[in-house]
Amino acid sequence: MARRRAAGAGAGAGAGAGAAGSLEQLLAAKEVVISCGSGGVGKTTAAAAMAAMAAVHLGGKVLVVTVDPARRLANALGLEAFGNVERQVPAEAFRAAGVEPRGELWAAMLDTKQSWDDLVGRHAPDAPTRDAILSNPLYQNITGRFVQSHDYIAMERLYEIHTSGTYDLVVVDTPPTRNALDFLEAPQRMADFFGSRLLRWLTVPYRSRVITFASRPFYTVADRILGSQFLEDIAEFFTLFQSMYAGFVTRAEAVSRVLADRRTTFVVVSTLEAAPLREAEFFMDALGERGLHLGGLVLNKVLPDLLLDAASTGVAQRLVADPAGVAAAVGAEAGPPDQVARVLAEVGESFLKFQVVAMREAEQRAELARQPDVVVSVPYFDHDIYDLAGLLELGGRLW
Amino acid sequence: MTVDLLSRRLLFVTGKGGVGKTTVAAALGLLAAERGRRTLVCEVDAKGNLADFLEVGRLTFAPRAVQDGLLAMAMDTEQSLKEYLSLQLRIPLVARIGPLARTLDFVANAAPGVKEILTVGKLCWEVRERHYDLVVVDAPASGHIVGQLAAPQGINELVKVGMVRDQTRWMLDLLEDPATTGAVIVAAPEEMPVNETIELAGRIEQETTVDLAAIVVNRVLPELFGRAEEEVFERLRVAPAVDRLGLAVGGAVTPVLDAAELAVTLRRTRAGHLGRLREALDPALPLLYVPELFTRSHGVRATRQVAEALGEELGY
Repeated sequence: MARRRAAGAGAGAGAGAGAAGSLEQLLAAKEVVISCGSGGVGKTTAAAAMAAMAAVHLGGKVLVVTVDPARRLANALGLEAFGNVERQVPAEAFRAAGVEPRGELWAAMLDTKQSWDDLVGRHAPDAPTRDAILSNPLYQNITGRFVQSHDYIAMERLYEIHTSGTYDLVVVDTPPTRNALDFLEAPQRMADFFGSRLLRWLTVPYRSRVITFASRPFYTVADRILGSQFLEDIAEFFTLFQSMYAGFVTRAEAVSRVLADRRTTFVVVSTLEAAPLREAEFFMDALGERGLHLGGLVLNKVLPDLLLDAASTGVAQRLVADPAGVAAAVGAEAGPPDQVARVLAEVGESFLKFQVVAMREAEQRAELARQPDVVVSVPYFDHDIYDLAGLLELGGRLW
Repeated sequence: MTVDLLSRRLLFVTGKGGVGKTTVAAALGLLAAERGRRTLVCEVDAKGNLADFLEVGRLTFAPRAVQDGLLAMAMDTEQSLKEYLSLQLRIPLVARIGPLARTLDFVANAAPGVKEILTVGKLCWEVRERHYDLVVVDAPASGHIVGQLAAPQGINELVKVGMVRDQTRWMLDLLEDPATTGAVIVAAPEEMPVNETIELAGRIEQETTVDLAAIVVNRVLPELFGRAEEEVFERLRVAPAVDRLGLAVGGAVTPVLDAAELAVTLRRTRAGHLGRLREALDPALPLLYVPELFTRSHGVRATRQVAEALGEELGY
């Protein structure tokens, strides 16, 4: 991958604003947006909200590719059936949410299995090889369970869509990987893997039946552990896969190029919890090291600022300290004094409890070492987001 | 009600990312150790935050003591393979295999299930050898746990002969026995975690032989008001009550009332998801509630509070 200098403030945003930009400005200039972060922070929803906003306000054909959307969100995007088919969200749905979109919003889900099958179909040298691979028992296993295969295929799919030239903007949700970087390295790793000497070395003896002296200990152990039939299955599978090597490597390099392109940007999503935030920071650093474009940071599910207000703290403390006194001052129309007192004490307690968390979050935010140009905080919505109106409401906070 | 949770000997704790799976695993470890059971907590996902929850240094494959009767380790499949080859197979060639890590990586990628079996195998072995009364596993998140728990069966089907096949048999025996092994799913009362928990509960039942022992619902918000109190609260939010309230406390009271409103709404939303979860699960399955902790951080203090909450739920 070509090494580039990390972009400075606003570089590549194209609007020449120079000042800290906004997600709106970012999305207006980019063709690929990759939404990433640790699991459970709202990546998918953020990706869908960004795409919906872009379709409404910026126009053009916008596609959001989701990995594993909540059912209600999938339904809102018209994705009932699972598969790689891209579907348009009807303009009526936008009108029902009270907006007239300038452009079109399309949505797709990532079907890992299907994508792998397509990939094999594309790269296999001939039909018999393709069929042999598709029917190999290990192949099913690998594509289904090999965790990194999801990462690879997500990037592969992105490349496929991007190069088809069908969309002005593609927003991609990323799989909830254990390590947020896996998908960045997936194309290269895949290429390395298929080109590895180790792979050739391991498959030779099973093709030629000659075990070299150097590899004998390994096979002795492997045979004892796994049984030679199984190893032969593996070898057969990889021998078949090797026939696709050239195609794979060319492809992986092309995918890496798209990721590094200036028209691609990464938006990191996190909550203000310690663990996801650590991962987000790690990820932002990694993007910098690789010379990839960090577009912005979305801080999701943030408690409202009113919890940080010092005057309110005093009020809450007074409610907790003397609920009966305050209740007496309020008078009887609010309810029986003992009940009013209980409610007031509870209100004060609740405020102080939530304040502990809000303070912690504010501190976490202040301690962020790397602050991208665009940092948006999205409040803790007290309802779930499962329709277009909700997405646009969330999107409004991002813009 | 099936077997008491902590009287089992191997517990896999799983759940969607971000629900507090590691905290619960650490808390179960603390709780068991405090009840006199020699316990090992093992982190399988190399996220490395189990150490933070227990306030110990970086975890390694060799267990390190956390406190009396509680040890913690981190899974490392390469080390597990070495240990397995030398301890159990007595294969003298280990040193000559060369770069084990690369070979293992290759084999693990080539043969899904190898890494899983090395993980599950090590855990089962610790249980079989009775090194501990209880092994608590901070298992991978939802998507991967099924593959891990089903690995011994999968290998059994793929590998027709050889040592591995012989080895998977005793593992399966341990995993199948509800008195020995249980899975615990950690959920949070939110839409996606609830959906995933329902789905995962079904998959564990159908695709693995492991008994689903309990669901832990983390971050349950306390009920702020009863019905009558809610009416009082509504009246306090409007004039003239709110003005008198402001005068009485000598400050703006609306933000504090707004914060309570948010708490009430959050609780209501979460209660709705909780209701869905309850409806979808087998009524015989224990549901343990851990309240939302309003703590400063996620260190051993928070873990201890979760342990106490779980202890209460389990009737200790």
